[in-house]
Amino acid sequence: MLPDRLKGLLRGVLGSAPSGTPSKPAESLRSLFSSRHGSGVETLTRSSRGLQEFFNYIRGQSGLTILDFGAATQQNVSFITNLGHRLYSENFLQLLKESFSADAGDQSNPGRIEGFLKQALDYPEGRFDGVLIWDVLEYLSPPLLAAVVERLHKIVRPQSYMLAFFHSDDKQEAVPYYTFRIQDLNTLQVDQHGSRQPVQLFNNRSLEKLFSRFGSVKFFLTRERLREVIIKI
Amino acid sequence: MWNKRREEESKPSTPPGASAVVPSAPAPTAPKPIEVKKESTPVSSTPVARVEPDSRGGSATIGKAVKIVGQIYSKEELFVDGDLEGTLEALEHKLTVGPNGTVHASVKAREVVVLGTIQGNVEAADKIEIRKDAKLVGDIRTARIIIEDGAYFKGSIDIVKDGKGAPKPQAAPPAVTSAPTPAAAGAPGSPR
Repeated sequence: MLPDRLKGLLRGVLGSAPSGTPSKPAESLRSLFSSRHGSGVETLTRSSRGLQEFFNYIRGQSGLTILDFGAATQQNVSFITNLGHRLYSENFLQLLKESFSADAGDQSNPGRIEGFLKQALDYPEGRFDGVLIWDVLEYLSPPLLAAVVERLHKIVRPQSYMLAFFHSDDKQEAVPYYTFRIQDLNTLQVDQHGSRQPVQLFNNRSLEKLFSRFGSVKFFLTRERLREVIIKI
Repeated sequence: MWNKRREEESKPSTPPGASAVVPSAPAPTAPKPIEVKKESTPVSSTPVARVEPDSRGGSATIGKAVKIVGQIYSKEELFVDGDLEGTLEALEHKLTVGPNGTVHASVKAREVVVLGTIQGNVEAADKIEIRKDAKLVGDIRTARIIIEDGAYFKGSIDIVKDGKGAPKPQAAPPAVTSAPTPAAAGAPGSPR
């Protein structure tokens, strides 16, 4: 867990940031992490209601096909496969970085969007029984995000569930960049690698709109200003 | 005389019944030429940066200056630090893809260690290790998997217990042979 002093600093800085000067929190955050940790990586362990809900839905079943958008980690692979499921790993952010230039407008190019979908999400209809999206959707421009969500709706089996994370402070300009490792049914180890620039941030209303085609959207607000969302197909 | 003895000593020792990867030992059924890009470095003496092939019990090496297109069957441990396209089977042995190795093939082995790149489906009866900085694009079927942080993996993982996923040995292929065919060269294991 974050030391109390650090938590207080983060809350104070993030909470008081005026909307006109959103870059300061990110700089403060980055310098805090890099000064306290040579490698710039902070490891936290936290409980996750969203993860718990996700596994509640697939509990008692085996042989399901789960798609994981995080980089392949030993913990996630072991945990999912030990439950008797088949895991598909897709390093979504790495592929995003390789597919698009730093120019955010590049993510609006229909040809490039199609190419990205072909590389990342070219699966038959209803292939997956669950998706661990983590926080990757924050890094997609609106046109690419819409295309990805549309494709997810197609490749995930009806009545299945997806778990996604969104930062809850929609005035932040940079957000912590995480690697999520599953420890148990409701606990995550979170490796925090400094901060990263999201393309867009969401509030509850915009998330409901984003997933309006889906069966239901359920929110869990955590202490770390991370909104955990369970989406039912 | 002294020179001759030193020459003999410097040759890699090959245990009886095992042979190194040599272009002159093609499969009996498909005696077609193989594509080998050979530079001045001998195949078996290519320096390996991070992992040395285990010399105990016989180990064949495809050096980093070598490219093979075709089918490889190995009856001993195999270290691939070069370029390989086609299929690769070392059903009862360990396969190591070295840091310079690039394998575009479907792979079946008892154990697979990846430090370089594999593009293709992999069946490893015992286990597969994907080391830091390695890249594997393809579907994996194995009993155990180890993935280091920093490895890139895209594909599916099927954990198969009780040897259900164990590839079964086939009847008497040569120790290590390459039998290139146009079909094999053009149809490496497709990840998806």
